[in-house]
Amino acid sequence: MRAEARAAEARAAWAFLSPALGLITVFFVGPILIGLVLSFTDFDIYAIADPATVRVVGLENYGRILTDREFGNALRNTMTFVLLGGPLSVLTSLGVAMLVSSKLARWKDLFRVVFFAPVVTTLVGVAIVWKYLYHPRYGLIDAGLTRFGLPAIDWLGDPHWAMPAIVLFAVWKNFGYNMLIFVAGLQSIPEELYEAARIDGASGWSRFVHVTLPSLAPTFLFVGVITMIGQFQLFAEPYVMTQGGPLRSTVSVILLMYEQGFRWWRMGYAAAIAFVLLAMVLVGTWIQLKLAPGERR
Amino acid sequence: MSRRASGLWLHAALIALAVLTLVPMAWMVAASFMKPGEANTMPPPMLPAAPTSEHYVALFTRLDLLRNMLNSLLIAVVTTGVSLVLNAMAGYAFAKLRFGGRDRLFGLLLIGLVVPAQVGMLPLFLMVQKMGLVNTPAGVMIPGLASIFGIFMIRQYALGIPDELLDAARVDGASELHIFRSIVFPLLRPILVTWTVFSFMAQWNDFMWPLIVLSDERKFTLPVALASLMGEHVQDTELMMAGSVITVIPVLVLFLVLQRSYIRGVMMGSLKG
Repeated sequence: MRAEARAAEARAAWAFLSPALGLITVFFVGPILIGLVLSFTDFDIYAIADPATVRVVGLENYGRILTDREFGNALRNTMTFVLLGGPLSVLTSLGVAMLVSSKLARWKDLFRVVFFAPVVTTLVGVAIVWKYLYHPRYGLIDAGLTRFGLPAIDWLGDPHWAMPAIVLFAVWKNFGYNMLIFVAGLQSIPEELYEAARIDGASGWSRFVHVTLPSLAPTFLFVGVITMIGQFQLFAEPYVMTQGGPLRSTVSVILLMYEQGFRWWRMGYAAAIAFVLLAMVLVGTWIQLKLAPGERR
Repeated sequence: MSRRASGLWLHAALIALAVLTLVPMAWMVAASFMKPGEANTMPPPMLPAAPTSEHYVALFTRLDLLRNMLNSLLIAVVTTGVSLVLNAMAGYAFAKLRFGGRDRLFGLLLIGLVVPAQVGMLPLFLMVQKMGLVNTPAGVMIPGLASIFGIFMIRQYALGIPDELLDAARVDGASELHIFRSIVFPLLRPILVTWTVFSFMAQWNDFMWPLIVLSDERKFTLPVALASLMGEHVQDTELMMAGSVITVIPVLVLFLVLQRSYIRGVMMGSLKG
């Protein structure tokens, strides 16, 4: 009887699981595995018409990536986005979370909603808005800068400023998400820890360094990893705001993959780019796991 | 610093940050009501001198964006509905039903959370093409019908369902399907509402995959239509702002109405992760 009930439960479990797992296997895991195979071939527009023309080229696509200046450029741009935008986004989120969580703060719920609002906006819609805000002659941002006696900047038209401009936009768009996660992390720090530090005579700053930061370590890890993964996927911002320009200064790895795959139909090469990106994400995640202090202390 | 003074500084900082956060959206709305060319004057006006709705009229008549809006709505509603049921079933099974290899399978699934969706997009496109679904709403819906993150979120919540409740129903002879429908599904309600908002917004806001799958302007979702409009109407600032408003505002309103469940979902996803 007992074994029979067990078997029935397992059967039910598989019945409940199979639709979702089936879809994930076919439309997520499957394409990734096929992509890995594609990346070792010269799959191109002729292959789409007649798959018989595909040749296996081994590591040729990956070799080409190493010497491709276009890829080097896209990698540099993406790393700018990850290494400049990541820390900036995390610090902004933490700062705002601390302000919102302060015991002195009123209307906390209202502020949280306001800071979160950009997160739910449609990226394409607000990217277009920011493109106009960045306009060197009519844009609100330069109008503000010049009012304070600062020089106007041709944000999206200057190859040196286009990437930082996209970083700034992305921080505005996303800081609310990490802010909420930091707020949750801050809430879970027991008040007694602060009390004890206060009794020991610790100043506000040293309470922050010795109580807040160590307690937030797991939150930092989580926020760091999801932010990095999101930033490696930079695509719609340059697609809409700059089309990769000026002078290809905002072409990201994914945008390059998109161009190679869907504009030039070099699917084999584009698949190899996708796998290099995946490798970078995995290495980045691994580094953050290694850097993170022991889980619980 | 006295408590009162630091309170004042704190609120000054919060209000300044809130204004900075809201200005782009406020200007988007204001400029959408300005006369053609008005936004491109110096200094940039913050409010329309004489509000006009002509850009909205143009969007819905001449440019027929209503069609794109309905495409977006159809895709978001159907995908969300299907994913709600499938993720709920899977999340519940992982949390509450015992079977061999459950934890290993779940662990394997979680690895997928760090894999960017774009990695499989080229082969997925070839598959969708083989299935004859290029340029159809169904082609756009495919990747969203089941979600690892959705299963994860629902599982975390379902862990809290007491086993006794389920066992009692089994002793009474209820079928597993019946237990799921009449006991589990209602108990999961709060997380399902949260997932509904998550999924709807993700679908409504998505850009890259619909851009790849759809080729016919009449089939475009709203963000794809807006991006393509941007190519032709770069100079028409006010028109583009009106387009942004109708793309952004529906999800923003939905979020404001359901923000409690949404915000709780974000915080929960992180804490228990």
